[in-house]
Amino acid sequence: MAKLRVEDLKKIKEASKGTVNLRDGAYRVKITVHMGTCGIAAGARKIMNFLLDKIQEVSATDIILTSSGCAGLCNHEPMITVEVKDGAPVKYVLLDEEKTQRIFEEHVMKGNPLPEYALSVGSETTY
Amino acid sequence: MEDLSLHILDIVENATSAGATLVCISVEEDAERDILEITVRDNGSGMDAKALNGVRDPFFTSRTTRRVGLGIPLFEAAAREAGGHLWVYSQPGRGTKVKATFEAGHIDRKPLGDMGATLVSLIMGNPEVDFVYESNLKGETTSVDTRSIKKEIKGVTTITDPAVLKLVRDVVNNPEP
Repeated sequence: MAKLRVEDLKKIKEASKGTVNLRDGAYRVKITVHMGTCGIAAGARKIMNFLLDKIQEVSATDIILTSSGCAGLCNHEPMITVEVKDGAPVKYVLLDEEKTQRIFEEHVMKGNPLPEYALSVGSETTY
Repeated sequence: MEDLSLHILDIVENATSAGATLVCISVEEDAERDILEITVRDNGSGMDAKALNGVRDPFFTSRTTRRVGLGIPLFEAAAREAGGHLWVYSQPGRGTKVKATFEAGHIDRKPLGDMGATLVSLIMGNPEVDFVYESNLKGETTSVDTRSIKKEIKGVTTITDPAVLKLVRDVVNNPEP
């Protein structure tokens, strides 16, 4: 029977000793993967798991990865929202792993949004 | 939806948005009767008779609850295509149970797919919710319970630690014989 072994978890415990864990509260970046029926059908799970691997690759503990439901823009899925602390949230649309990789490198790690993959820049104006 | 694990992800997202704190997922194959059975049980808000009646209708959508939409109709279609059925049991305040059966060897039965990725996505997106996953496929059983994982790693790291989630993914996808 396959079961999570206590020894494996102990190894993780050992490995994470001494590192400051910010996963509980404070964070620098929050990434939301939209996971409604539409998002899931379009490939949101792949994006979620890809981002998880990236976060582990850079050993970041100040990035929160989470999911939300349908945002009402089903034709733009897969979609993520990147919020860098004190920055405006950016919705990235029609994603694949390649685009997500660039967004991770540029926006998440360096803080430079990528307008070419974003839904829109700014919001509607009154003039 | 390409595979059944994506349907499961979708159905469980319903459970978490209904305020569930515990979701039990089971996938069992009965080789003798050639039946694959998937059950998702939650302790969320549940549905009243009216919502329950409309849950299979893609056009019955109540924006206030966001409890219904295409998720269940698509899952039901997947079951029916493969000679199976779908049942939804629910009562307000008592949670919901969704059960789907499939003819395991039916030519139109979708593969189970990447259950590990589904579980990891669910835990990552809803770290405060507990998940129990149990599978029995071709005589190989797997079980993951986030409650015991959380207990084990308490004070050192959290359930959303990528290393912990990777372990979950591996255990689910590569059960040891």
